[in-house]
Amino acid sequence: MLMRLLNVSNFSVAKKWVHKNLFSSWASALITIFCFYIILKIIPAGLDWLLFSADFVYNFRGEQIIDRTFCSKVIEPGQHGACWAIIIVRWNQFMYGFYPVEEIWRVNIVFALTPFALLPLFFDKVIFKKQLIYFTFIFPFIAYYLLYGGPGLTEISTSKWGGLLVTLFLGVTGIIIAFPFSILLALGRRSKMPVIKSVSVIFIECIRGVPLITILFFGNIMLPLFLPDGVNVDNLLRGLVAMTFFAAAYMAEAIRGGLQAIPNGQLEAARALGLSYWQSTIQIVLPQALRISIPAIVNSAIGVLKDTSLVLIVGLFDLLGIGRAALADMNWMKLSHEVYAFVAIIFFILCFSMSRYSLYLEKKLKTDNSI
Amino acid sequence: MSSNQVIVLEKVNKWYDDFHVLKDIDLSVTKGEKIVICGPSGSGKSTMIRCINRLEAHQKGKIFVNGTKLTNDLKNIDIIRKDVGMVFQQFNLFPHLSVLDNISLAPIWVKKTAKKEAEELAMAYLEKVKIPEQALKFPGQLSGGQQQRVAIARSLAMNPQIMLFDEPTSALDPEMIKEVLDVMIQLAEEGMTMLVVTHEMGFAKTVADQMIFMDEGKIVEQASPKDFFTNPKSDRTKLFLSQILNH
Repeated sequence: MLMRLLNVSNFSVAKKWVHKNLFSSWASALITIFCFYIILKIIPAGLDWLLFSADFVYNFRGEQIIDRTFCSKVIEPGQHGACWAIIIVRWNQFMYGFYPVEEIWRVNIVFALTPFALLPLFFDKVIFKKQLIYFTFIFPFIAYYLLYGGPGLTEISTSKWGGLLVTLFLGVTGIIIAFPFSILLALGRRSKMPVIKSVSVIFIECIRGVPLITILFFGNIMLPLFLPDGVNVDNLLRGLVAMTFFAAAYMAEAIRGGLQAIPNGQLEAARALGLSYWQSTIQIVLPQALRISIPAIVNSAIGVLKDTSLVLIVGLFDLLGIGRAALADMNWMKLSHEVYAFVAIIFFILCFSMSRYSLYLEKKLKTDNSI
Repeated sequence: MSSNQVIVLEKVNKWYDDFHVLKDIDLSVTKGEKIVICGPSGSGKSTMIRCINRLEAHQKGKIFVNGTKLTNDLKNIDIIRKDVGMVFQQFNLFPHLSVLDNISLAPIWVKKTAKKEAEELAMAYLEKVKIPEQALKFPGQLSGGQQQRVAIARSLAMNPQIMLFDEPTSALDPEMIKEVLDVMIQLAEEGMTMLVVTHEMGFAKTVADQMIFMDEGKIVEQASPKDFFTNPKSDRTKLFLSQILNH
């Protein structure tokens, strides 16, 4: 709407547009006025709370804020801006959890390198694509070495990881591992081989039929019971396995929808040409099926990323968990508005970019060829 | 079985659940022979030729292609599919690939031909079906007739010895039928062994060595085109011919 408004250069055209789109009838005029009223009410008040009256490092008296008693709104009831100091003072926790401060540079390197590893997976035309792909494949090992430690680096137990680090670790790693897995499940579900078919169906239906919390609990509490004594699976890893299973089951169903949309003739033509099952699947069926399922896949991925916030119930401190830990701190309690707003903004940025990416992909694939 | 017989069907039977779709089909095709198969819809003609490259499995009887017996053995199926090309009613081009990629895909992946060589081969076959200028377009940008010619080129690029045509012109607008039939006639003149399911009787008269009329899963009549059109033996054939020739 804004874009169209901006495109309208001529005033009389603008007047026409307004008349046609905003005031075409009494009802539409009323709704327009009501909406403008709401917008005028909400936006200035929101911006005032978020930015103009908000505390960042110093309160309205100019003192540096070191705990909640320094927040302007706690000192002066008349002050009503947000007190972002809780985020700023505890920034390291929000980003890295309880990762030792002197080792945080390691996480920062991983954060900085991640976009380069993801670039060739997400975009077609990237400079140095070949070199980047090699990097993508070795990146998990680099990231593991940097984050967890190893020869030459202090070991940092995953129980110290937290905040955005855990959210991104579970979300990104979970989705990326789940993707190939979900393709196999979707193909397995359509397989003519009874064993493969029933294994896939049982896996998908069991995971989809159960809330994520149950799977997380299962991974956290039940899994160790099935493992031999002495084998101790890392808590974060259990969370990752649960998230991956969950993501795979949902994405498999999204991909199955795409597979079903491919006419049988495509596979027949490929087989008649002598292509094997896997060649036909990889060259003919999957490229078309995935293209159709992109919106549904991204939809599941966004869901999975948001669902990572549930891991706090199995004792992992993701972004939301760290936020709640901050609120439990006597020095900062009762600043829940700020904490939840901050967490929401971060999640919004992540999810919104994913949905924008999916739109970009759909558009690109549409212009790539005109089916 | 003489070595000249490239396809042999012996008492082939097939059922879809309870529906008996092929009943004791016997057929033998010699090298270079052109057979046109016609019959009402549901008579089993498409199913029969789809059994020859195992897109459908038969349940009883034997099928030999180039001396290889068709069984569930995947190796035999692969061998046979390399020798048998197929053209479908709905073209079944791969919509996500360019025309050139559609044709060069199978040579690259099945025959392990180098990409450049496979693309040159694809261009040569596009010249043959007279649409080299469409090489970089996508199937969705071509007319039906052009798509079907690409499908023929795609099949020929695997250098098959036998070509199966399953109603290749039935999905086409009338003005595009000729361009496809011309390509098929040219192919017939070059000596390709062809089994064609079609109702294009003009084409059949020009090209066919044998006419087959099928009804209710059986081969009702098999004859040379001359006998078939001028002196059909069975009443069912007469009725069918009167319906499709005088419409």
